[in-house]
Amino acid sequence: MGIAKYIKDERGAIKEVTYQSGIKVKPAYGPEDLKKAGFEYDKDLGSPGEYPFTRSLHPQSYRSRAWTTRQYTGFGTPEETNERFKLMIANGQNGLNVAFDLPTQMGYDSDHPLAEGEVGRVGMAIDSLKDFETAFAGIPLDRIGSGLTINAVATIMMAMYQAVAEKFGYSKEQISTTPQNDILKEMIGRGAWIFPVEHGVRLVGDSIEYAVKELPRSNPVSICGYHIRESGATPAQEIAYAFEIAKAYIDNVVQRGIKPEEFVGRFSFNFNVYGNLWEQIAKFRAARKLWAKMLKNEYGVTEKKKLFLRGLFGGGGSGLTKEQPENNIMRGAYYALGAALSGAQTIALCSFDEAYTIPTPRSALLSLRTLEMLMDEVGLRDTVAPLAGSYFIETITLEMEEKILEEMKEKDRAILFQ
Amino acid sequence: MKTKNKIRVLIAKPGLDGHDKGAKIVALALRDAGMEVIYSGLHQTLDQITQTAIQETVDVIGLSIMSGAHLPISEKLINMMKEQGLDDVNLTVGGVIPHQDIPKLKEMGVAEVFPGGTSFEDIITGINNLFE
Repeated sequence: MGIAKYIKDERGAIKEVTYQSGIKVKPAYGPEDLKKAGFEYDKDLGSPGEYPFTRSLHPQSYRSRAWTTRQYTGFGTPEETNERFKLMIANGQNGLNVAFDLPTQMGYDSDHPLAEGEVGRVGMAIDSLKDFETAFAGIPLDRIGSGLTINAVATIMMAMYQAVAEKFGYSKEQISTTPQNDILKEMIGRGAWIFPVEHGVRLVGDSIEYAVKELPRSNPVSICGYHIRESGATPAQEIAYAFEIAKAYIDNVVQRGIKPEEFVGRFSFNFNVYGNLWEQIAKFRAARKLWAKMLKNEYGVTEKKKLFLRGLFGGGGSGLTKEQPENNIMRGAYYALGAALSGAQTIALCSFDEAYTIPTPRSALLSLRTLEMLMDEVGLRDTVAPLAGSYFIETITLEMEEKILEEMKEKDRAILFQ
Repeated sequence: MKTKNKIRVLIAKPGLDGHDKGAKIVALALRDAGMEVIYSGLHQTLDQITQTAIQETVDVIGLSIMSGAHLPISEKLINMMKEQGLDDVNLTVGGVIPHQDIPKLKEMGVAEVFPGGTSFEDIITGINNLFE
């Protein structure tokens, strides 16, 4: 029964439920649970679009604008990738999320001996500015923002993106790019790092500083709990370690004499949706709230918009199976539902065949249509944060907040996921 | 089954792929099954893997590949093993391996292939059987 722990009696009835983060779930919830958890309406929930943003970032949320769909895309040559970008955009996708191959991610040319067999495998190969130009030809870069899913060499990709955009006639003020650029999570959860910690973090700081000064619409870093979760972290650990990483980047930029107020509004996050629906919803709500509280209380940030936890909530890959792969279509739909009930701004799903191959056009479009159905057919845009005020959801959101804070105190444990 | 001496296995991560959870978990499972396991660490060149196999006098090299580069990597490693006289070392491959590639790997001389989803029991039995 999923990844929560269930204890059952001899007849199979559920006696106890414990979520991964350690939250114990009762058979039913009422006003007394909120009281016991210390729930206060203004402090813990409040109006949509108001601090601490437990319900949503914006007062009208999906009523004013559906989420941005941003399927992770890229394979083979820049030509093939460009073709797939155009297919997805023609079919309604409104953002890009670019996949690079491992040699590009690790800073090798395609003809380097270590790149043998890996060129164009898990993303597109970029060896030169010309490749970048080919990949983005004909894409309206003033309208379509691009996530560049790359870390160790993110600064170079950011520079290439700007150079190509300018060549195509877009000014640097018009373009919007979000390089992933989260080197600390590579060191903890994914392994694609090149430079030692100090210099890796300095490069992240450099790109934040540059973006603040030169690229008004770009988000220079996307801090990823996603990959740490894929390495085995619980939902509370996923958020806790991402926040600790974010603090490391904030500290680096602050040392340059730039105030948090001037740049934290440019941070973006990338979190994972998987496992138990309710625990995930509690995770996202608690994270949005804690991030705002942390920026306000620890860093003195005051402007409302700069307290937003913005980001991509993406369907997790490790829950998808190679066996009976069509089941992954439904899994993805439930992950997307969880993201929508959590007020995700931007969404992506792993495609159903992604456990064993690069997604085909058919599977990539199925993911896109799954995301659209929630907004266009099922009614997720009807009202803002439909679960707000649920005795159950509000109680476990408060409990999740506690669990995240506990994990932040134990941040050194993150090394276990290396 | 090889009972006299413990089977020595080198679990290796070739190339640029950084996904090492599978390799580490399989290493622990083989250790618990009584084998001696050496883990290479990330981003190893095939030359490094061959040299480690020689120095550690292993019986089995277990490659972990998630990047889709299993065919060229395995072929090249088999040639290098031949050049180095590692004829008595078995090469096994695990990771994201499409089923249609398994016969191709076996044909080039890979002793066993353990695609994602293979149980520990099957991996352990598969390796033990190489020494029956």
